[in-house]
Amino acid sequence: MAYQVPRPKLTFAEKIYLPTVLAGLKITLGHLIRMLRGKTKVCMQYPEEKWDANLPEHYRGAPTLVSDEHGRTRCVACQLCEFICPPRAIRIKPGEIPCEDKFAKVEKYPEAFQIDMIRCIYCGLCEEVCPEQAIFLKKEYAITGTSRAQMMHDKTKLIEMGGIKPGLVNKWNEKK
Amino acid sequence: MNTLLEFIHSDLFFMIWTTLAKSAGLLGVVLVLVSYTVYAERRVSSLMQDRVGPNRTGFPISIVGSWLGQKKWKDWSPILGGLGQPIADAVKLLLKEDFTPAYVNKFYFWIAPALGISAAILALAVIPFGSSLGGVDMVIANVDIGPLFVFAISSLGVYGIVLAGWSSNSKYPFLGAIRSTSQLISYELALGLSVIPLFLIVGKLNLVEIVDYQVKNGWMLLPGITAGKLPTLQQVACWIPVFISFLVFTISMFAETNRLPFDLPEAETELVGGYHTEYSSMKFALFFLGEYTAMITGSAFIVTLFLGGWHCPFIPDGSAHWWWGLVNIGVFFAKVIAFLIFFIFIRWTLPRFRYDQLMKLGWIWFFEIALVNIFLTALIVAFVH
Repeated sequence: MAYQVPRPKLTFAEKIYLPTVLAGLKITLGHLIRMLRGKTKVCMQYPEEKWDANLPEHYRGAPTLVSDEHGRTRCVACQLCEFICPPRAIRIKPGEIPCEDKFAKVEKYPEAFQIDMIRCIYCGLCEEVCPEQAIFLKKEYAITGTSRAQMMHDKTKLIEMGGIKPGLVNKWNEKK
Repeated sequence: MNTLLEFIHSDLFFMIWTTLAKSAGLLGVVLVLVSYTVYAERRVSSLMQDRVGPNRTGFPISIVGSWLGQKKWKDWSPILGGLGQPIADAVKLLLKEDFTPAYVNKFYFWIAPALGISAAILALAVIPFGSSLGGVDMVIANVDIGPLFVFAISSLGVYGIVLAGWSSNSKYPFLGAIRSTSQLISYELALGLSVIPLFLIVGKLNLVEIVDYQVKNGWMLLPGITAGKLPTLQQVACWIPVFISFLVFTISMFAETNRLPFDLPEAETELVGGYHTEYSSMKFALFFLGEYTAMITGSAFIVTLFLGGWHCPFIPDGSAHWWWGLVNIGVFFAKVIAFLIFFIFIRWTLPRFRYDQLMKLGWIWFFEIALVNIFLTALIVAFVH
């Protein structure tokens, strides 16, 4: 059996529309005036206003390579991050550190380290898997470029973005 | 050579070049007004909905400031920021690919947008947009059948919509066209009948003379007061039918210009894009322009009929001095803009009518109200002195 939808009983004022139209205009005008007086909270105007100071400690932005207090890039080119990276954004070319070098006992360093920021999904697995605590996800999120080449972060760029982070893993220091 | 000189000094030549100048000037003003109406629509609607709206594409005012050497130039970009938006929109629409689907009826597909806009622009020709400027009447065509001309031409705009829907050979545009037709037959009667009381009172069908009447006797909606004297008994008695005719006419005008709450032919939420679903680039822009130009024409017509046209109390007309003529033109466009903002307000306030509701409104209510209103006015004009 068909179900009869109960219709509201309209008053005369509602039936002739005009009073309700005026009521509607009053509502929209109220919103307009509140907006013009700056009483309405609107969305953040992004490039001028930023929320960077409020980003949480665990925020996952662009992955970077950090250096220790001696200015050595922590990466030992073990390639674990390259293997774990789900979108395969990381490419590492390992190189050997010569015997006469100060850090000869480290044995390996990345000759080239490349992260394709078009592919990167900011998952943070590279940071998690790194045994040397060499790769960190910084709070930088506005990674832009006008070409594919610009979106490839090479070693110099990554080190520059990473900066120095002292006193984490000390096993490669001279006396230890 | 002599005949050429005679021609240049003749009245005919004077009339030709002043008419051309008036046409070009009015067209320019209207097109600028259209683009900024679109901007105002977006901005006002966003303010009503607690949003910000387009506020980026602007004129680089801060650059001008530093160029003037004032370092502490106030940054107006939050307020003036979006004023460049219409220019950007126009450039975008001009540069877009003009795509014509293979399955359309090419001839009508091409002619429809042109019909839509030319009808709206043509109707402006008879509307007096100012008093006079250096002895030249500020109306392009001073004809004795002004309102009839406006009704005849602006109704042609529906052909643009119907042809677009028909030639698109696609379902949604076709539904839009059908709705437009049904809408036309429901509002057109009320639109024409509702203003007859006005002509009964004025006794003229010439828009310039209707405005002159309002200059002498006060605006139709504010009789007497705006002419600086007390209204006569007849004017007071006529105010009620005039107000009814104003209401019916304004609401029918909303239907005529396809504005919410009667934007059935293009109902985005129901018909994808309505009659212009298959259009792109400048052809779509022409429909858009046509729609907003029709809004301006409609507002100008209402202002001319009910709100005193270019007249503002205590401001003399153009015969006093030429810059009073300019002020009169400014007053006219100020009234038009106020009415356009009213159009925008209504659009963002009311939901859309179903089209059976619109037909009921047109046929059962407005048609009868307009008819009764004519008799009421006739009685008042005949018996109240």
